[in-house]
Amino acid sequence: MLSFILTVLLDGISYGMILFLISVGLTVTMGLMRVVNLAHGAFAMIGGYVAGYLTQRGGNFYLSTIAAAIAAGAMGAVSEMTVLRPLYRKGELAQVLLTIGMVFVATGTITELFGAFPYPVVFPDYLTRPINIGFREYPAYRLFLIAVGAVIAAALWFLVERSIYGARLRAAVDNARMARAVGMDVNFLFTGTFIVGCALAGFGGAIGAGILSLEPAYALKYVVLFLVVVAVGGEGSFEGSFVAAMALGIIDTVGKYFVPLAAPYLLYAAVFVLLLWRPRGLLPPKSVA
Amino acid sequence: MPLKSIARPLALAGHALPWLIVIGYFFTADYYLSFGTEIMIWILFAMSLDLALGYAGILTLGHAAFFGVGAYAAGLFAIHVSPDPLLGHLAAIALAALLGLMTGAMILHTTGVTLLMLTLAIVSVISQYANQANDLTGGDNGLQGIKLAPIFGRFEFNLFGQTAYVYTAIVLFIWFLIAWRIVHSPFGRSLGGIRQNPRRMRAIGTPVWWRLLAIYTISAAMAGSAGALSADATSFVGLSVLDLLSSGIAAVMLILGGVRRIYGAFVGATIYFVVQDYTAKISPFFWEFVVGGMLMATVLFLEGGLMDLGNVARRAVERWRGGADDA
Amino acid sequence: MTAAPAISVRGLCKSFGALVVAQAIDLDLMPGARVALIGPNGAGKTTFVNLLTGFLRPDLGTIEMQGENIERLAPEDRVRRGLARTHQINTLLLENTVRENVAIAVAEREGFAWRALRFARQWRACLDEAQAQLEQMDIGAAAERPVAGLPYGQQRLLEIAIALSLKPRVLLLDEPAAGVPAHEAHVIHEALNRLPDSIAILIIEHDMDIVFRFAQEIVVLVQGRVLTRGVPAAISADPQVRAVYLGKTVV
Repeated sequence: MLSFILTVLLDGISYGMILFLISVGLTVTMGLMRVVNLAHGAFAMIGGYVAGYLTQRGGNFYLSTIAAAIAAGAMGAVSEMTVLRPLYRKGELAQVLLTIGMVFVATGTITELFGAFPYPVVFPDYLTRPINIGFREYPAYRLFLIAVGAVIAAALWFLVERSIYGARLRAAVDNARMARAVGMDVNFLFTGTFIVGCALAGFGGAIGAGILSLEPAYALKYVVLFLVVVAVGGEGSFEGSFVAAMALGIIDTVGKYFVPLAAPYLLYAAVFVLLLWRPRGLLPPKSVA
Repeated sequence: MPLKSIARPLALAGHALPWLIVIGYFFTADYYLSFGTEIMIWILFAMSLDLALGYAGILTLGHAAFFGVGAYAAGLFAIHVSPDPLLGHLAAIALAALLGLMTGAMILHTTGVTLLMLTLAIVSVISQYANQANDLTGGDNGLQGIKLAPIFGRFEFNLFGQTAYVYTAIVLFIWFLIAWRIVHSPFGRSLGGIRQNPRRMRAIGTPVWWRLLAIYTISAAMAGSAGALSADATSFVGLSVLDLLSSGIAAVMLILGGVRRIYGAFVGATIYFVVQDYTAKISPFFWEFVVGGMLMATVLFLEGGLMDLGNVARRAVERWRGGADDA
Repeated sequence: MTAAPAISVRGLCKSFGALVVAQAIDLDLMPGARVALIGPNGAGKTTFVNLLTGFLRPDLGTIEMQGENIERLAPEDRVRRGLARTHQINTLLLENTVRENVAIAVAEREGFAWRALRFARQWRACLDEAQAQLEQMDIGAAAERPVAGLPYGQQRLLEIAIALSLKPRVLLLDEPAAGVPAHEAHVIHEALNRLPDSIAILIIEHDMDIVFRFAQEIVVLVQGRVLTRGVPAAISADPQVRAVYLGKTVV
């Protein structure tokens, strides 16, 4: 019994880690730039496909995931500088529509380049095998995800909470006007953070390809999930996105195990109730009253 | 000034044009008639979204919920209650409106991403439920066995789709008149105010929440009507009617044709389908790329959608002439 | 015979956690009153207006209009009872014309802003009344122009015109001259002088020129608390007030 519970938990946490890695960039940029970006999943997708392409041709797995992050970050930089910047002032509707357009473009391009079928990332042998963790055999891949996710989460936490960059970031999230008034180059901060967020998403898309499988419809299929993490956690809240990702991962996994038929809509029903109860999310960043 | 004297007749001609096209298409389309019906259904759906999203500024991408509920309601009504398509249509509208009223009452006090997420959650719940409820909806296979009685006992639905086309066109026309009326009324104006600045509207005594609820319900009814038409025209309802993507596509059509332009939905839906049809022949997946690119270009450069080309051209002419007279 | 106050505030209190923004504020505005609310930045003046108009709920205290307690009512309901305000930063509908901005308010007041049928005659009437209101404010010529193109001073006038078109009993003006360039400020002064005598007016201002020309009574708010109140002459001589405004010229 205990081993079953632990298995479910581990499954949920590993799933949550991927959701966190991909969504943390989204929540920070949405809280920071107040831009609704429905195309965020596309950066995860790009990262995944780059890693898939490289590993399928025998590339080193770890280097490929780094390449995935770099590729996604680069795409993020290009997008931000060309199409997203004019949108900051144009309002939510324009942002929603433009980023939908970006998703379409990305989806079409991926289909053209890589075809419509699921596209695998080739993981190293030792990750695809199960490991004995005491009470049972458990996939090493998921343990890997948990480990990597935890390390990155800790590093990010340190960055956000303890570094000067983090302090600037939090200040700009709280009050961009004030931040500018004290001389912060908020635009540079935005762009830099956006790029990092996209790179993280690309990395998450790459290593998470065993859970969120890569296909052209990836960006469209999973955008709701990432937005849920952001909305439930609280826009702009780093801790919130972590908690929300974990909660989402665990609840979804528990649902799949115990009520497999009802699981999908129970999850969204739970999200619905949660957002009505806490419209600003579970752990929204404190804002100026 | 010669321009002013032809402005009025030009405007009237402009209004008649879409409907003349609708009528003309009926007589010239042959085997492509059902294609025209499909476009008109999407025009209606996009128009419904324009009311809620374009005019009132309700950030929603969950309108497929109302379309889908309307479609399933019409289909199930025909199977289990009565094959009269008009009754089923009314039932579909009522059910979709009810759903809009209930969900709107629950979510319309929120804004922004929270509101967007709530609408997405609603359509996801309904969509997933429909997927599971095989007995009710037919699940993946869809709702089979819809046999509609002839309208008014005379006009039969058949493979040639003439009844479906005319039926759809008339319903579209009626909703168009309703939408037109709303948009030009004080109610419509207050919605525009709410979209621009809800706080300002509250400061002049507007019961903002009630107005939003009203337009949301009307918009839901309209979307449900489009869903019912879809069920009636094809005698089939599949899970795709609840696809989240549909709301996105409707939004795409609106931005292409022009948000808050009463014929924006017409232009946008037509362009979307024409482009999709054309590019799908080149490569099945190329259309996504093209549509996405058009969408981005429109948002970035053409604020008012393609219908704004007229304004853009006029402003360009004025600048070339050295500036227009001030009003 | 004493007339009843147009609006009566007793013991209004509001805190955000440890931050107290309103402390036991008492205030009466008689019909026709011209009261100025002054105080250093952060004193809670705009917060007070938000509490009065319903955009903030008080923790304690009552607000009474015409014998009715309104402190739990939504902003739109308070407007219906005759309470109107302008905002420190313009909240105009930029996409509409100047006249439409006022007409929409008139339609709201008259109660047919919800109409989608049989409205042509009434809307016409709203537009006409809106035009008259604009003429009153001396911006009638700009009626058909989109708001976005209006000079800032005229936008502030429009903000006031909209509030006036609601035919309020109590009008709250939040820094009407804020942001108006010096050469246009006199326009605001003149408009303030022409405001109907029957309305009770509370004006928040930093511009002491306006305060001393316009106000019959001045209330000084410091850190959410009423420091003192009185006629302008008394306030300008008050050493406490001078101390609060250290470094600023009061008269």
